[in-house]
Amino acid sequence: MPKIITIDRIQKQFKEQKVLTGVSLDVTRGSIYALLGANGSGKSTLLKIITGLLDADAGAVTVNQLDVKKDLRKIQRLFSFSAQNSTVDDVLTGSENLVLIAKLRHIKQPQQVANDLLAQFKLTAAANKRVADYSGGMRRRLDLAMSLVGDPEILFLDEPTTGLDPASRNDLWQAIRGLKQQGKTIFLTTQYLEEADQLADEIGFLGQGTIIASGTPAEMKHLAGPEKMTLVFTTPTEVNRAVPVLQAFRPQTLDEVTLTVVLTKSVTTSLQILSLLTKNDLQPVSFQVTAPTLDDVFLQLNKEA
Amino acid sequence: MTFISDTFTLAGRLIKHNLRSLDTIITVILMPIAMLLLMVYLFGGAIQIDGVSHAEYVNYVLPGILLMTIATGSAYTALRINLDKTSGMFDRFKTLPISKSAVLNGQAVASVIFMLTSTLIVLAVAFLIGFRSKASISEWLLALLLIVGFAIAVTWLSVPFALAASSIDGASAFSYLILLLLFVSSAFVPVTGMPKVVRIFAENQPLTHVIQAVRQLLTTQPIGNHGWIAAAWLIGITLFSYLIGTLIYRRV
Repeated sequence: MPKIITIDRIQKQFKEQKVLTGVSLDVTRGSIYALLGANGSGKSTLLKIITGLLDADAGAVTVNQLDVKKDLRKIQRLFSFSAQNSTVDDVLTGSENLVLIAKLRHIKQPQQVANDLLAQFKLTAAANKRVADYSGGMRRRLDLAMSLVGDPEILFLDEPTTGLDPASRNDLWQAIRGLKQQGKTIFLTTQYLEEADQLADEIGFLGQGTIIASGTPAEMKHLAGPEKMTLVFTTPTEVNRAVPVLQAFRPQTLDEVTLTVVLTKSVTTSLQILSLLTKNDLQPVSFQVTAPTLDDVFLQLNKEA
Repeated sequence: MTFISDTFTLAGRLIKHNLRSLDTIITVILMPIAMLLLMVYLFGGAIQIDGVSHAEYVNYVLPGILLMTIATGSAYTALRINLDKTSGMFDRFKTLPISKSAVLNGQAVASVIFMLTSTLIVLAVAFLIGFRSKASISEWLLALLLIVGFAIAVTWLSVPFALAASSIDGASAFSYLILLLLFVSSAFVPVTGMPKVVRIFAENQPLTHVIQAVRQLLTTQPIGNHGWIAAAWLIGITLFSYLIGTLIYRRV
């Protein structure tokens, strides 16, 4: 698949603090790339460098094969940037915000474009309300709508759902998925692992100023190890008897009546374990299979970094 | 052409801000009117100026009040620039394919328009309470030119302060300096009665030259050196502030 964004060994330092020490990554056209990282890891700094808001100390960024330093004006026609905390004008109405951006992008029928986007983001009823009266979710939807004025090919979203309630977050995720279906390339930063899991085609973990791991959500989860089965017994005696029986599955006791075992192949290994327990007259009161989450990966990577 | 249309689009946004802010309107228009009424009706009777009767004091004090109107407006210019910086609106504008200077120019155009509108309202009130001028059209135009020049200079002066300040309070604080300078000028009383050191400062600071030039023009008196000195100060302040302001803007 063709790459639309290429970031090559970007470095950035603020006074004595090295924020980015050599970030390299590629983004495939038409995909969603999620840049994950803890607070202060440099996600927003990298985003500002890609969008030309900040100069890198070293390295290069190309967007659609154009150099950000040399061809920023041309690149600006291709993308739009939505910063943290919804950069919308509180004093203006939703409609006026969209018309403002449409006029600045020199679109011929700014009001028509505004009306279409208000409808697309379910904001028509609030079109003439001042944005100060909008809810957090509405502000974010308007912010995203403003980013779509002029139909840019690439969207840069800096922590798009921070501070939103679960319902508003789901709405926004749906909107972002819809944009991908329209063929947009979306580069977003987030500290919500679930968000990256739900949306991204590819994830990059930013830690210690560089990309410490990258891949699809499935590949990332694989880094945290295989699935595990947690078994709960009635008595400690049963646990003591179960440990040698399940030795091949690396049993680990969690407490007096609970142990976990590793599943190499999810379904077949689960059945094998339950069958072994039955043969040995051991009956757990409950069992649960848990897949590793991106949280596990995140914690593990941060620990290693 | 896109530079002009971008500038006026952005200025239009800020004019809406000013018109929708009751706080701005009260402070920028009603406060100078209240000051004018106070100076004329409350303190005016106690102020003795050679050759100026109590009835003529409104003619004397008006140029200073007009400059005060502009200085008060500059606090809101600084506030709006600082808000756009801290809220991330500048980042949104900077990533749009628009002229780089349009963002600050839009702020400046909106600021000057608002300052001049409020100045005209204060001038109208002054007429209602007895201000009269026998100035010719050219004298009025020159006085207007100086007032417009002052509005432009103060607007651009507010830009570096607003961009460098980390909070709204800090951004608008500089307007108090201008208001302070007004009191240490010939705005309300002649500088001749001031202590020597203060008088020397007052005689030579830019506001006195602007006030004296406008006052002399509106009272059909010769303006002496005040006109060109005022113009030189205003052009100098504008250019210096513009350069510093745009330099800081690139970095924020």
